[in-house]
Amino acid sequence: MKKLILMMLCVSMILGASAASAFEPVAAKDLKIGFVYVGPVGDGGWTYMHDMGRVEMEEAFPGVESFFVESVAEGPDSVRVMETFIRNGAKLVFATSFGYMDFVQEVAAKNPDVIFMHCSGYKSAPNVGNYFGRMYQARYLSGLVAGKMTKKNVIGFVAANPIPEVIRAINSFTQGARKVNPDVKVKVVWLFSWLDPGKEKEATLALIDAGADVIAMHADSGAAPQTAEEAGVYVVGYNNDMSHYAPTMHLTSPVWDWGMAYKYFVGKVIDGTWESSNIWWGLKEGFVGLSPISKVVPDEVVAIVESEKAKIIEGGWDVFYGPVRNQKGEEVVKSGEKMTDEEMLSMNWFVEGVEGEIPK
Amino acid sequence: MKYRVVLRRRFKTGLLFEGVLPVLSVAVALVFAGGALSIFGVSPVATYRAMFRGALGSGYGLSEVVVKTIPLVISGIAVALAFRMKIWNIGAEGQIYLGALATAAVVRYFPSGNQAVMLLTMTAGAALAGGAWGYAAGFMKSRWNVNEVITTLMLNYIGLHLADYFIYGSWRDPSSLGFPMTPPFPPSARLPQFFGTRVHLGIIAAVILVLVFRLVIRWTRWGFEIRAIGDNPRAAVYSGIPYGRNVELVLFISGAIAGLAGMTEIAGLQGRLQPGFSPGYGYTAIIVAWLARLNPWAILVVSFFMGVLLVGGETIQVIMRLPLASVQVIQGCILFSVLGFEFFRNYRVFLVRKESG
Repeated sequence: MKKLILMMLCVSMILGASAASAFEPVAAKDLKIGFVYVGPVGDGGWTYMHDMGRVEMEEAFPGVESFFVESVAEGPDSVRVMETFIRNGAKLVFATSFGYMDFVQEVAAKNPDVIFMHCSGYKSAPNVGNYFGRMYQARYLSGLVAGKMTKKNVIGFVAANPIPEVIRAINSFTQGARKVNPDVKVKVVWLFSWLDPGKEKEATLALIDAGADVIAMHADSGAAPQTAEEAGVYVVGYNNDMSHYAPTMHLTSPVWDWGMAYKYFVGKVIDGTWESSNIWWGLKEGFVGLSPISKVVPDEVVAIVESEKAKIIEGGWDVFYGPVRNQKGEEVVKSGEKMTDEEMLSMNWFVEGVEGEIPK
Repeated sequence: MKYRVVLRRRFKTGLLFEGVLPVLSVAVALVFAGGALSIFGVSPVATYRAMFRGALGSGYGLSEVVVKTIPLVISGIAVALAFRMKIWNIGAEGQIYLGALATAAVVRYFPSGNQAVMLLTMTAGAALAGGAWGYAAGFMKSRWNVNEVITTLMLNYIGLHLADYFIYGSWRDPSSLGFPMTPPFPPSARLPQFFGTRVHLGIIAAVILVLVFRLVIRWTRWGFEIRAIGDNPRAAVYSGIPYGRNVELVLFISGAIAGLAGMTEIAGLQGRLQPGFSPGYGYTAIIVAWLARLNPWAILVVSFFMGVLLVGGETIQVIMRLPLASVQVIQGCILFSVLGFEFFRNYRVFLVRKESG
């Protein structure tokens, strides 16, 4: 028996040792980092926020050098961009959009000594980790605000691509809105694109025409808030505080803090403690949150948001705890049950109160 | 003393002229763009060095330029064929998508473990689908005289959305957690890649197409008909060349070739169908065909040159920390200048002393 324990201890030590020593510590001055961006840095949303995070990280680690390539198509071209980073000395690569997933795997297999972090994907390797956030928690909080602010009980949602990330966003937002206002309906228009300011504007106008008096959005630019401001309709932004796009109509925005994630990963790489992992941080870690809520929102609504936020951070409750009903009113998650992370990550159905279809 | 500028039409150009003109036009563009870079405090010399080193300075860069060249040559030949007959096929992008869609369909519904069989059926499927997309525009043109610029362009959007319909719909990989992409192709449906690079079998197809294009246009009866219609449609019709049938045929073949580019892209590089796999190759092909003045050898050269610009542009962003916009300014200057210098191909410019009185 003792022998067995000893053996197991040895095995675990070997395994542990091999995992820890996979990547040696790197001096900050020797660390070069490449960022693959799906849009232009000036998109004012998704890529803009990643770049803010990159700059924050660079400032936190003097000596670290980082570079980026903008508007990289989510196709075979991304392979060359990552290879170019590596050929110019990058030891760490951040790929900041889902569509790079297969290509990250391809390049990572050929460059086992380079560390890759892929945002929003699900494929890992010894040198590939994933990072994303529980944005649905912040979405839920923004839904509470929107649900209280709509008068017609119709909210429009400008939605990029029908994938689980966006579906989760719509569902959690709707759960929040209906928590405070059970009569709310959320109408969805798909863009089938991450960044297309023209389409984002059209979709916003279409939703306003369809009766929406609050607009929410999941897209990369600030076109929807701008349009809502012009039309005099309340708007919930996304990615960053979008109040500058809609100074009078902006209610709040669910926002990312990529800087904290980039500082965390780069610190780990410098220490030599980086290991492949799947990060899915939420409100508790401060990776996602709400931008300051507008003055037009009554104090009692802000109080509801604060108490729900505290509940989620405490950990006793989360957005997709039962009962959760689908569009047909069927109880998909029963009372007392909760959705697992896997179920949330592959979410492919709408909750009750959403008006729209997921292309099947 | 006064001078005036006199233009004289040029009908023939020498080989030296053909060689010097493009070099000169690129040089002028680099000087011009260099001026813009200096204004922003960026060294033009270092920028250009980064650009050409990235694209041509290593075996890897060169191989990647070739990877970019392949779809541009194939779709460039596709549109050049139609353009030679003055049929404006603006729809190569949609035809590329249809080709890729058919490729994915063949892999899905008629899989074969035998690589040769698999690749041949994929090729046939892609060519048929791309061809059908071109033929649709040809049919409307020949029967109802619908302007093919409009129809081919519109069919691009339909093709793109049709592909999305399947990628987001029933062909979605069930193990992808709902993300839009088809399941990965089996190894037998992948084009072989050479020398440890990403250069794939599509390069052979590209070279063969260049040769065949040359042969067909120059030496066959159909090639003669295409040239005759392209030079003067009315005269061609009077001499008994069937116009409508040729419009349908040329758009079918043109679409089929573009469809092939879609097949080589996804079977050679991507290994599955995903939205947005073509960064506008069908549109770049139009620029390529024009710059090459529909000459197949020149299409090879121009496609390679475009590849250098695109690959080098990425290196500029990495090494010089320049945003994409400044890279596009450089690329735009070069294309603009190359097109502008075409003027000197067509005209000789003289300064003539104005006679007084």
